[in-house]
Amino acid sequence: MSAIPVSQGAAAFGEAIASATVRTHEPRRRSRAAQLARWVVLLGLAGLFLYPFAWLISASFKPRAEVFDNRLIPLNPTWSNYAKVWDVAPLLTWFGNSALVAILAASSVTASSALVAFGFAYFRFPLRNALFGLVLATMMLPSMVTMIPVFLIWKDLGALNTRLPLWGANLFGSPFYIFLLRQFFLTLPRELFDAARIDGCSNFGVFRRIAVPMSKPALIMVFVFEIQASWDDLLKPLIYLRDVHLYTIPLGLNSLFVKFNPVAGGEGDFQYIVTAALLSTIPMVVIFAVCQRYFVEGIAATARRG
Amino acid sequence: MTPAATTPPAVSARRPHHPGSHQDFVAGGRRRRHRSETRAALLFLSPWIVGFLVFTAVPMVWSLYLSFTEYGLVGRPVAVGLHNYQRMMTDPRVVTALGNTFVYAALYVPCAIIVSLGLALLLHRLMRGAGFFRTVYYLPVMTPGVAVAVLFSLLLNGNFGLINRALALIGIRGPQWLTDPAWIKPSIVVMSLWGLGGAIVIFLAALSGVPRDLYEAAEMDGASTWRRFRSITLPMISGAMFFQVIVLTIAAMQLFDKIFVLFGNPGAQTSASDASLFFVLYLFQQAFQQLKMGYASALAWLLFVIIVTITAIQVKVGNRLVYYEGETRP
Repeated sequence: MSAIPVSQGAAAFGEAIASATVRTHEPRRRSRAAQLARWVVLLGLAGLFLYPFAWLISASFKPRAEVFDNRLIPLNPTWSNYAKVWDVAPLLTWFGNSALVAILAASSVTASSALVAFGFAYFRFPLRNALFGLVLATMMLPSMVTMIPVFLIWKDLGALNTRLPLWGANLFGSPFYIFLLRQFFLTLPRELFDAARIDGCSNFGVFRRIAVPMSKPALIMVFVFEIQASWDDLLKPLIYLRDVHLYTIPLGLNSLFVKFNPVAGGEGDFQYIVTAALLSTIPMVVIFAVCQRYFVEGIAATARRG
Repeated sequence: MTPAATTPPAVSARRPHHPGSHQDFVAGGRRRRHRSETRAALLFLSPWIVGFLVFTAVPMVWSLYLSFTEYGLVGRPVAVGLHNYQRMMTDPRVVTALGNTFVYAALYVPCAIIVSLGLALLLHRLMRGAGFFRTVYYLPVMTPGVAVAVLFSLLLNGNFGLINRALALIGIRGPQWLTDPAWIKPSIVVMSLWGLGGAIVIFLAALSGVPRDLYEAAEMDGASTWRRFRSITLPMISGAMFFQVIVLTIAAMQLFDKIFVLFGNPGAQTSASDASLFFVLYLFQQAFQQLKMGYASALAWLLFVIIVTITAIQVKVGNRLVYYEGETRP
């Protein structure tokens, strides 16, 4: 919903990793004891941050009656939740939908934002700064203001209860990514572009053959941010999807929560809720683990803009 | 179509690129290059221009228009003048929702700043394991919001949740976190604090930008740790903090997904309770459950105006408090 703070957080996250990798030598003033104390506090807090995950993992291996026994090691560990959760709900279909939407959303927003960002970075034209100011202004605009008319537009296009509204707007670029990629393109040596132009390369050729290959880390960074934002999104699926077989993971997980929540008249099968919640998190953890490298490279280059 | 050829290559190749400079306007002979460059730029910008018109400009005007109408998706919007805005002023649910949202933001933003800055300070210049801890603190950010809400609804369950069981061990009887009106907002604050990895990382980046020699000079002058934090660290990272306050406030005002999962589902535990009604949830209910598109549009504009006002106040106050490099102060 509010993708901006998340993305900015992630951007700075990469920046922090980048700065950590170029760490200079620390003057050995800080005593060992102080370091140790810091370590102890950090470990304690890390335990606090990780405990909910540990609880979730543990609960997903417990039979129905023991989910709430709050033991870290299950008394009677079982795989059955993992075997059955797929039959309880069309979880696999939801995963497929989420993956499809995330990939479409991320590829379209990366391609379109890169085009626009290159337009702002390379060419000189009247009103350029005013237009770029407009991009920055829309970055701050709460999506709530446009939510209802945008819904009506998709409705008029007959796209309700399809996956299109979940990613379609991404074909037209996203302000934050345009901003980020423009910053990146500005760091590339302009001489390269000019030289290519002299050699007879078209404008699009300069973009496609020089700017894009040189910006891979930044483009991959935008791509993974958007994958995460799309995977996380509840509001759009909630507004646009009715058919259970079109549900994405967040909407599906929510429907499971309603279905099984006894307070809401559900069946109380919390073991399936925790298992599904855990499964929904795994792809993001994997992406995070695999793509840290790109976060580092991407932002390290952006940070060099000086 | 070879604009670069009309410019002496030696000059153009060495000329540093200044964003926004209009040096090319000077020479009249370059007008042709200019026109073709503008055309090319328009082509590259066209996705955004179309998107801006279709998904931002038109919807904003449309939404403003709808806010002066009654519209339930069937037929045409019926103009009702200022009725929606008048109704908003007397709607007790609006007051409740705004109150809850403000209280939450007022609780959450300071907590988030303090906790994330504290963690960043602990992590900053850590010799070993900084990467490990950063990953740990960032993992919750990668967890889908719905999964976070589901997980915490179980952990915070008043009767058998982990948190109350743990409190019971030390003799405290924990409250009904998610049904007791007094505890709903603190519970959501805790849930949101779990995911503040982004803020930690922004502060870490800011901290690593503070020049080391400032600390060394201060240390030589005998400044205490607190004094160094107060007089060096805080001013040097005030820009990042300012940015965080604004972004976190805007996000807090629009909190939706966790609130919807916990309190917005039909038949959810406290759907009747006023304490869990947040503004965007109310807006969503009016628009997509009651199908009052006109009234919901007016609510959206109210939220917009409130957010702009708060941000403007923050910018005004912030500009007085934030230290910008190179400025001198008494």
